[in-house]
Amino acid sequence: MTTDRILTDEMVAEIKAFFPRYPSKQAVTLPALHIVNERLRHVPLQAVVEVAELLELSPAQVQDTLTFYGFFKQDEPHGRVRAWVCRSISCHLRGADELLEHMCHKAGVEPGGTTADGKLTLEFGECLGACEYAPCVLANETLHKCVTNDQADAFIESLE
Amino acid sequence: MAEFEPVLLANIHKDDSHTLRAYESFGGYAGLKKVLGSMSANDVKELVKGSGLRGRGGAGFPTGLKWTFLPKDHPGPIYFCLNADESEPGTFNNRILMEEDPHQVIEGLIISCFATAASTAYFYMRYEYPLAWKRVQAAVDECYAAGYLGKNILGSGYSLDIFLHRGAAAYICGEETGLIESLEGRRAWPRIKPPFPAVEGAFRKPTVVNNVETAACVKQIVDRGADWFRSIGVQPDPNNPRDPGSFGPKLYCLSGHVEKPGCYEAPLGITVNELIDNYGGGVWKGRKAKAAIPGGISMGLLTADEFDCPLDFAGPGKHGCLGLGTAAVVVVDETVPMVDFLHNSCQFFAHESCGQCTPCREGTSWALKMMNRIKGGKGRLKDLDLLLEIGDNIGIIPGTTICGLADGAAWPMKNAIRKFRGEFEEYIKRTNPDGYMETHPVPVLEIIGAH
Repeated sequence: MTTDRILTDEMVAEIKAFFPRYPSKQAVTLPALHIVNERLRHVPLQAVVEVAELLELSPAQVQDTLTFYGFFKQDEPHGRVRAWVCRSISCHLRGADELLEHMCHKAGVEPGGTTADGKLTLEFGECLGACEYAPCVLANETLHKCVTNDQADAFIESLE
Repeated sequence: MAEFEPVLLANIHKDDSHTLRAYESFGGYAGLKKVLGSMSANDVKELVKGSGLRGRGGAGFPTGLKWTFLPKDHPGPIYFCLNADESEPGTFNNRILMEEDPHQVIEGLIISCFATAASTAYFYMRYEYPLAWKRVQAAVDECYAAGYLGKNILGSGYSLDIFLHRGAAAYICGEETGLIESLEGRRAWPRIKPPFPAVEGAFRKPTVVNNVETAACVKQIVDRGADWFRSIGVQPDPNNPRDPGSFGPKLYCLSGHVEKPGCYEAPLGITVNELIDNYGGGVWKGRKAKAAIPGGISMGLLTADEFDCPLDFAGPGKHGCLGLGTAAVVVVDETVPMVDFLHNSCQFFAHESCGQCTPCREGTSWALKMMNRIKGGKGRLKDLDLLLEIGDNIGIIPGTTICGLADGAAWPMKNAIRKFRGEFEEYIKRTNPDGYMETHPVPVLEIIGAH
């Protein structure tokens, strides 16, 4: 293969460590995609080819699964922080649409977009399962609860 | 009303409730020791069957009965999948259990696996629960170290592995065969049943899929007995020989326009009014309620006049709703236009339809296009009939789809329009005075987005 490999030895080892857990290698598809996505913040096509090779699948099989989820970006990495603004009913009833609009305006992106400095990808999310804290925002691994516009501004300004 | 003493949530506010040390100090894993020391798998199956426990994930299928569908004397492997893909809008009870009391869930899971002779369990958790993920993983690690998991658990000869498997933000993975497909590394397209998972599930082997709260109930039933479980909740309807009753405590998720949203434990059969007034602090801002979702958005809508509806497995259906679902109650106050409510619901299902069955894929996306048009002031009265036509024709109940996602998309449409038709008509006439009677085809108008 002429293209430079994308998966590091470390990633490959991590993916292989999942093999004993399942009776099929294909079942390691999602774990492998998560491992790549955590490191690269996206899963480019070359990574799909390499994951497929490891799992003894055709690249199309991995790509088929990957694109089903709409979770893994492929063209470019998402921001260092990826934030989902919940728009489902409990959050909607407590101002989620206005919050998303406000945050997009503040960050200068459309929903799904990444800021030019690469600090933030801002997306809508469907129910984040934190309805008692509506409206809520999940930013990487941090759940922001009952978010006001001021808190949203402070969050965006705090990004590094 | 006597205050119900929480059982499933008894320990969630205590210090370090997510750790093994704390859990054991509350008497944790005594049930597992009892099961492994003195009970057969069949004893546990009979106990759970006798308790009348019905699955907490949404469908309410009797758990013990589901277990007995596994083939007898199967050489194995039998797989167990714990469904922690909780994604139904309004629902967060599983998240609270996993974050604050993961060992209760794991103990129930180990007991359930023992009862079903499963030696591998996949704990399928949705991506959006990073704290639950960490806590459950840490709890599983503690269990291996303590000998509650792994080979020859507590010297009983029984061995079990639990592996966490992380989803990737797709609602359909909560459907049990969608979950299995996703676990296997494919797109999460639900399977045509039969065969049911108990016969041919994950990796083509017999498989049980149970919900997180169901597992927690199993642990409590082992500790406290089937009679205790049956002493709580609603007895079977004597006029309906097929009603298995609604027994046990239930975690109700209350959100939307109430003063104190939260997850509250109450006996099955509490009414919407009791939940809002006794637990939720009433409707917020001193306003009146207009409607409420009885059990996750898929279940449809109750009007404020129907809030005496008991939230047991049979209650919401008597008011034209789909069922109890996840028992997630979302209260909608009097200021909310029903057009906005239904638009939000249609937006969710159009986004989450997996695309496998044409009636669901097309029905949900056209319903959203029509709701965009109505919300954008270009609605026609005819659109309401078209929406109802979609609602009446997509789903497993009319028999046009493989799974129930489409029924969940249909119910809010049918309930909202049939119960609030006057409001929809008034909105359409007011916002589209020149065109509301139009019946000729019109272009789809993406007048405004959702925001």
